[in-house]
Amino acid sequence: MMEAQEIIDLIKKEIPEAQVRLEDVRGDGNHYALTVKAPDFRGRSLADQHRMVFMALGGRVGGILPGVTLTTLVCAPQDKA
Amino acid sequence: MILHNSQAMSTTPTPRAQRLIDPSVLDRIQGEVDSNHVVLFMNGTPVFPLCGPSAQAVQILGLLGVRYKSIDVTTDPSLRLAIRDFSDWPTLPQLYVLGHFIGGNDVMRQMLETGRLQELFAMCAIPMADY
Repeated sequence: MMEAQEIIDLIKKEIPEAQVRLEDVRGDGNHYALTVKAPDFRGRSLADQHRMVFMALGGRVGGILPGVTLTTLVCAPQDKA
Repeated sequence: MILHNSQAMSTTPTPRAQRLIDPSVLDRIQGEVDSNHVVLFMNGTPVFPLCGPSAQAVQILGLLGVRYKSIDVTTDPSLRLAIRDFSDWPTLPQLYVLGHFIGGNDVMRQMLETGRLQELFAMCAIPMADY
Protein backbone atom coordinates (compact mmCIF):
# COMPACT_ATOMS: atom_id res chain seq x y z
CA MET A 1 0.00 0.00 0.00
CA MET A 2 1.17 3.46 -0.81
CA GLU A 3 -0.28 6.70 0.41
CA ALA A 4 -1.23 9.27 -2.18
CA GLN A 5 1.03 11.82 -0.52
CA GLU A 6 3.93 9.38 -0.68
CA ILE A 7 3.45 9.00 -4.42
CA ILE A 8 3.39 12.76 -4.90
CA ASP A 9 6.47 13.26 -2.70
CA LEU A 10 8.48 10.56 -4.47
CA ILE A 11 7.79 12.05 -7.88
CA LYS A 12 8.58 15.60 -6.74
CA LYS A 13 11.81 14.40 -5.19
CA GLU A 14 13.05 12.73 -8.37
CA ILE A 15 11.68 15.05 -11.03
CA PRO A 16 12.62 18.69 -10.36
CA GLU A 17 9.84 21.25 -10.61
CA ALA A 18 7.26 18.55 -11.21
CA GLN A 19 3.65 19.47 -10.65
CA VAL A 20 1.82 16.38 -9.52
CA ARG A 21 -1.89 15.83 -9.27
CA LEU A 22 -3.52 12.64 -8.06
CA GLU A 23 -7.27 12.54 -8.41
CA ASP A 24 -9.71 9.94 -7.21
CA VAL A 25 -11.65 10.04 -10.45
CA ARG A 26 -14.64 7.99 -9.42
CA GLY A 27 -14.57 8.74 -5.74
CA ASP A 28 -14.36 5.03 -4.97
CA GLY A 29 -10.74 4.86 -3.87
CA ASN A 30 -9.89 2.50 -6.74
CA HIS A 31 -9.48 4.69 -9.78
CA TYR A 32 -6.88 7.43 -9.75
CA ALA A 33 -5.68 9.80 -12.41
CA LEU A 34 -2.04 10.74 -11.89
CA THR A 35 -0.95 13.79 -13.85
CA VAL A 36 2.67 14.85 -13.83
CA LYS A 37 3.72 18.09 -15.47
CA ALA A 38 7.43 18.89 -15.63
CA PRO A 39 9.90 20.98 -17.62
CA ASP A 40 12.26 17.98 -17.61
CA PHE A 41 9.94 16.08 -19.93
CA ARG A 42 10.75 18.42 -22.79
CA GLY A 43 12.38 16.67 -25.73
CA ARG A 44 11.64 13.20 -24.42
CA SER A 45 9.30 10.65 -25.91
CA LEU A 46 6.12 9.89 -24.02
CA ALA A 47 7.52 6.46 -23.21
CA ASP A 48 10.56 8.12 -21.64
CA GLN A 49 8.38 10.56 -19.71
CA HIS A 50 6.32 7.71 -18.31
CA ARG A 51 9.51 5.76 -17.59
CA MET A 52 10.81 8.70 -15.52
CA VAL A 53 7.69 8.52 -13.39
CA PHE A 54 8.06 4.74 -12.96
CA MET A 55 11.65 5.25 -11.85
CA ALA A 56 10.68 8.03 -9.46
CA LEU A 57 8.30 5.60 -7.83
CA GLY A 58 11.27 3.36 -7.13
CA GLY A 59 10.54 0.76 -9.75
CA ARG A 60 7.57 -0.28 -7.64
CA VAL A 61 5.88 -1.31 -10.77
CA GLY A 62 4.32 -4.31 -12.35
CA GLY A 63 1.14 -2.60 -13.25
CA ILE A 64 2.83 0.61 -12.20
CA LEU A 65 0.16 1.32 -9.67
CA PRO A 66 -2.92 -0.68 -10.44
CA GLY A 67 -5.94 1.49 -11.04
CA VAL A 68 -3.78 4.55 -11.69
CA THR A 69 -3.90 6.21 -15.09
CA LEU A 70 -0.79 8.22 -15.87
CA THR A 71 -0.62 11.35 -17.99
CA THR A 72 2.57 13.32 -18.47
CA LEU A 73 2.78 16.88 -19.73
CA VAL A 74 5.63 19.20 -20.56
CA CYS A 75 5.64 22.64 -19.01
CA ALA A 76 7.97 25.58 -19.11
CA PRO A 77 10.30 25.88 -16.09
CA GLN A 78 8.66 29.11 -14.91
CA ASP A 79 5.14 27.77 -15.38
CA LYS A 80 3.84 27.37 -11.86
CA ALA A 81 0.23 26.42 -12.36
CA MET B 1 -6.40 8.10 0.64
CA ILE B 2 -4.71 4.80 0.13
CA LEU B 3 -3.77 2.92 -3.00
CA HIS B 4 -4.20 -0.79 -2.78
CA ASN B 5 -2.29 -3.73 -4.15
CA SER B 6 0.25 -4.45 -1.51
CA GLN B 7 1.69 -7.27 -3.55
CA ALA B 8 2.84 -5.09 -6.41
CA MET B 9 4.16 -2.48 -3.97
CA SER B 10 6.28 -4.87 -2.00
CA THR B 11 7.91 -6.52 -5.00
CA THR B 12 11.53 -5.53 -5.20
CA PRO B 13 12.68 -5.26 -8.80
CA THR B 14 15.45 -7.64 -9.75
CA PRO B 15 18.48 -5.87 -11.20
CA ARG B 16 18.78 -6.63 -14.89
CA ALA B 17 22.14 -8.33 -14.59
CA GLN B 18 20.78 -10.84 -12.13
CA ARG B 19 17.99 -11.96 -14.38
CA LEU B 20 18.53 -14.81 -16.70
CA ILE B 21 17.25 -13.68 -20.04
CA ASP B 22 17.67 -16.10 -22.88
CA PRO B 23 19.29 -14.14 -25.76
CA SER B 24 17.40 -16.27 -28.27
CA VAL B 25 14.12 -14.98 -26.82
CA LEU B 26 15.31 -11.39 -27.27
CA ASP B 27 16.19 -12.27 -30.88
CA ARG B 28 12.71 -13.67 -31.36
CA ILE B 29 11.15 -10.46 -30.03
CA GLN B 30 13.37 -8.42 -32.34
CA GLY B 31 12.26 -10.61 -35.25
CA GLU B 32 8.60 -10.03 -34.44
CA VAL B 33 8.88 -6.25 -34.17
CA ASP B 34 10.99 -6.11 -37.33
CA SER B 35 8.67 -8.22 -39.45
CA ASN B 36 5.31 -6.70 -38.50
CA HIS B 37 4.16 -3.10 -38.90
CA VAL B 38 2.43 -3.05 -35.53
CA VAL B 39 2.98 -5.51 -32.71
CA LEU B 40 1.19 -5.58 -29.37
CA PHE B 41 2.65 -7.71 -26.60
CA MET B 42 -0.11 -8.33 -24.11
CA ASN B 43 -1.61 -10.50 -21.42
CA GLY B 44 -4.12 -12.68 -23.20
CA THR B 45 -5.53 -12.18 -26.68
CA PRO B 46 -7.55 -9.38 -28.31
CA VAL B 47 -10.65 -11.54 -27.95
CA PHE B 48 -9.85 -12.47 -24.38
CA PRO B 49 -7.48 -9.96 -22.74
CA LEU B 50 -6.28 -11.02 -19.30
CA CYS B 51 -5.73 -7.59 -17.75
CA GLY B 52 -7.39 -4.19 -17.91
CA PRO B 53 -4.44 -2.38 -19.46
CA SER B 54 -4.14 -4.99 -22.25
CA ALA B 55 -7.87 -4.70 -22.89
CA GLN B 56 -7.51 -0.94 -23.17
CA ALA B 57 -4.67 -1.27 -25.70
CA VAL B 58 -6.77 -3.67 -27.80
CA GLN B 59 -9.68 -1.27 -27.62
CA ILE B 60 -7.55 1.63 -28.85
CA LEU B 61 -6.09 -0.33 -31.77
CA GLY B 62 -9.57 -1.58 -32.64
CA LEU B 63 -10.90 1.95 -32.57
CA LEU B 64 -8.25 3.10 -35.03
CA GLY B 65 -8.79 0.01 -37.14
CA VAL B 66 -5.16 -0.78 -37.84
CA ARG B 67 -3.91 -4.26 -38.60
CA TYR B 68 -1.61 -5.55 -35.87
CA LYS B 69 -0.05 -8.70 -34.58
CA SER B 70 -0.78 -9.51 -30.96
CA ILE B 71 1.48 -11.73 -28.93
CA ASP B 72 0.21 -13.31 -25.75
CA VAL B 73 3.09 -13.43 -23.26
CA THR B 74 1.16 -15.48 -20.72
CA THR B 75 1.66 -18.61 -22.79
CA ASP B 76 5.45 -18.37 -22.63
CA PRO B 77 7.24 -17.65 -19.31
CA SER B 78 10.56 -16.88 -21.01
CA LEU B 79 8.90 -14.32 -23.27
CA ARG B 80 7.01 -12.83 -20.34
CA LEU B 81 10.29 -12.17 -18.57
CA ALA B 82 12.30 -11.08 -21.62
CA ILE B 83 9.78 -8.56 -22.97
CA ARG B 84 10.29 -6.39 -19.89
CA ASP B 85 14.01 -6.21 -20.53
CA PHE B 86 13.72 -5.81 -24.27
CA SER B 87 12.57 -2.19 -24.01
CA ASP B 88 13.38 -1.62 -20.36
CA TRP B 89 9.65 -1.22 -19.77
CA PRO B 90 8.25 -2.86 -16.66
CA THR B 91 4.68 -3.62 -17.67
CA LEU B 92 2.37 -4.99 -20.31
CA PRO B 93 0.94 -4.22 -22.80
CA GLN B 94 3.73 -2.91 -25.02
CA LEU B 95 3.18 -1.40 -28.44
CA TYR B 96 5.75 -1.44 -31.26
CA VAL B 97 5.40 0.37 -34.56
CA LEU B 98 7.86 -0.28 -37.39
CA GLY B 99 10.29 -1.81 -34.93
CA HIS B 100 10.13 1.09 -32.49
CA PHE B 101 8.86 0.84 -28.96
CA ILE B 102 6.01 3.29 -28.48
CA GLY B 103 4.85 2.63 -24.93
CA GLY B 104 2.22 1.03 -22.76
CA ASN B 105 -1.51 1.60 -22.60
CA ASP B 106 -1.25 4.95 -20.82
CA VAL B 107 1.09 6.23 -23.53
CA MET B 108 -1.31 4.90 -26.17
CA ARG B 109 -4.29 6.56 -24.48
CA GLN B 110 -2.46 9.85 -24.17
CA MET B 111 -1.42 9.71 -27.83
CA LEU B 112 -4.97 8.83 -28.87
CA GLU B 113 -6.37 11.79 -26.96
CA THR B 114 -3.93 14.20 -28.56
CA GLY B 115 -4.28 12.66 -32.03
CA ARG B 116 -0.64 11.64 -32.14
CA LEU B 117 -1.34 7.93 -32.40
CA GLN B 118 -3.56 8.50 -35.43
CA GLU B 119 -0.81 10.70 -36.91
CA LEU B 120 1.83 8.05 -36.28
CA PHE B 121 -0.19 5.31 -37.96
CA ALA B 122 -0.99 7.56 -40.91
CA MET B 123 2.62 8.69 -41.27
CA CYS B 124 3.86 5.11 -41.15
CA ALA B 125 1.19 4.04 -43.66
CA ILE B 126 -0.02 1.27 -41.38
CA PRO B 127 -2.50 -0.97 -43.23
CA MET B 128 -6.02 -1.16 -41.89
CA ALA B 129 -7.45 -4.38 -40.55
CA ASP B 130 -9.71 -6.19 -42.98
CA TYR B 131 -12.94 -6.45 -41.14
